[in-house]
Amino acid sequence: MYPDKNGHFKEFGGRFVPEILMPALEELTGEYYRLKEDKIFNQELTSYFNSYVGRPTPLYYAWGLTELMAGPKVYLKREDLTHTGAHKINNTLGQALLACKMGKKKVIAETGAGQHGVATATAAAMFDLECDVYMGEEDMERQSLNVFRMRLLGARVIPVSSGSKTLKDATNEAIRDWVTNIENTYYIIGSVVGPHPYPEMVRDFQSIIGREAREQVLSLEGRLPDSLIACVGGGSNAMGLFYPFLNDTEVEMIGVEAAGMGLDTDKHSATLTRGRAGVLHGAMSYLLQDEYGQVSPVHSISAGLDYPGVGPEHAFLNITGRVNYGSITDQEALEAFQILSETEGIIPALESAHAVAYLLNNKEHFKDLTLIVLNLSGRGDKDVNLAARLLEVE
Amino acid sequence: MRIKNTFTQLKENGEKALITFITAGDPDLDTTERLVLEMERKGADIVELGLPFSDPLADGPVIQKSSQRALEGGVRTPDMFQLVRRLRKNTDIPLVILTYYNPVFSFGLEAFVKEAASAGVDGLIIPDLPLEESDELKKITSSQGVDLIYLLAPTSTDERIKRTDKKAGGFIYCVSITGVTGVREEFSSSIENLIKRIRKYTSLPLALGFGISNPQQAGLAAYYADGVIVGSALVKIVEQHGDNPDLLIKKVGEYVGSLKEGIPGQFSDFPI
Repeated sequence: MYPDKNGHFKEFGGRFVPEILMPALEELTGEYYRLKEDKIFNQELTSYFNSYVGRPTPLYYAWGLTELMAGPKVYLKREDLTHTGAHKINNTLGQALLACKMGKKKVIAETGAGQHGVATATAAAMFDLECDVYMGEEDMERQSLNVFRMRLLGARVIPVSSGSKTLKDATNEAIRDWVTNIENTYYIIGSVVGPHPYPEMVRDFQSIIGREAREQVLSLEGRLPDSLIACVGGGSNAMGLFYPFLNDTEVEMIGVEAAGMGLDTDKHSATLTRGRAGVLHGAMSYLLQDEYGQVSPVHSISAGLDYPGVGPEHAFLNITGRVNYGSITDQEALEAFQILSETEGIIPALESAHAVAYLLNNKEHFKDLTLIVLNLSGRGDKDVNLAARLLEVE
Repeated sequence: MRIKNTFTQLKENGEKALITFITAGDPDLDTTERLVLEMERKGADIVELGLPFSDPLADGPVIQKSSQRALEGGVRTPDMFQLVRRLRKNTDIPLVILTYYNPVFSFGLEAFVKEAASAGVDGLIIPDLPLEESDELKKITSSQGVDLIYLLAPTSTDERIKRTDKKAGGFIYCVSITGVTGVREEFSSSIENLIKRIRKYTSLPLALGFGISNPQQAGLAAYYADGVIVGSALVKIVEQHGDNPDLLIKKVGEYVGSLKEGIPGQFSDFPI
């Protein structure tokens, strides 16, 4: 089973962090492994999932989308219906509960579009934890509503003005805070990235998605799906869906990255498609970088996919071939955003719209299959302003 | 061997090492070359050259901005090796590259270390490469005669200190506080404990860094450690006077001179 005891998924993963953090990561790993098996911890988490998040989320038979596909039946895993509107809450509640058990009084987080920031601020409010969220100045401007939400929830939002002033730099800054306040601060990382044990731990908390979906599809259809599809930025919603199916070798899995303005431009975030191995934010994984290992600026219409790295387990699943990774452009995602709204009455997050677009653009590949589960990781409320602006221009 | 010889020589003279850091290529590579020679002239014993990285997560704002300036000026890994080659025509001072793991990994571990060794680099410091991930690089640096310099922090357990001693070469970079690099008014008073705790398990020279920014602090650090590392305070001068290289070199020289005077020449407990 992966990762191994040092957090490696073969050559990926590990811990590439300053010495200051190493003892804390060892302690966190120990605590996490202990609580992972702890009955009371799991009962508590389940009870929050059920009563606070609104789990289990439905597995919805998308008949409109199915009609468009002219072949396979399509089910949507409705993470968009969770409290705060995206899968992010599964992870932040899990980690916030862990932080409480470890006696921490303060949590910090990084955020790009603000979804993970909002989910962290929400969990912190519920567990009565002090909360600082690092956010790039440019993102704060683009997502001012989420900044307001976080503040409303009692979090402090700290502007980050270094580097590209986006998610990557917010993450650097959160790590710097953590290095400085390691004694009393818990860092809630927002995706399956970062040093061990984060990729494993976030995957485990998000695996509720796949466990539910597996049970639901078996009960609805009496069989496993042919194909699973999810979008991949850092990759937490995809890992959450895929992980409980990894041993079902007959189930095909597809991760969809952001091709931005096109793979042949320098404005995309298709890390696995166009990157190569490298270290960022504490783990060895794939990375978009220049010839000499300097991290490249990236772009996606969807802020949640706008990240130059990707979770190390995805890098691993990519080279083993267990998961296939494709990509979708801004334009294609925006079209799928409209199509799903019209056909299903569901406005998806632009992130999730990448997965929908992949499905619609690859009808040929899917035509002989009969059953598909797509992770609708979040709802599109946060994106309607941007979409309105872009679509009116057209 | 230059690093070891330097510490041995200093010890014989009853002195402590002054280790200075600047970013290669900030404000430009020619000025960096002149700065290194001037720092040596004014008393620096070892020079750390920062190979800039786009995401320096162990660094505070001063060195972050400096890295960004150098990268925007186009400085990349091969420029660093060229700089060292040029410097080696004029100086024998120990030169250490400080960078993050990705630029090294991306160049190829073996290629990087071979290039560094042949250019005349004596040591390598990689703050985001802890003990556990360093086996492969350590093997290569050992075979090429380059010291892989490890960091230890106030949070390091005794067990980690012991394991670090088994691998470390050159000197041990003792991080004075939990935090990132930067200029600080308050200088941690717990350094005595840190140095004594590390000293129990290693006979390597101990150099103290992070937050040391004036001659008084340097003097205090040198009271306990075998060497004192000053970075952000110097980089700040580069930031202020980068547009006027002659003035910059004069200012940096003066500052290094004042640091050297602040470091007392006694109390060494480094066993030869």
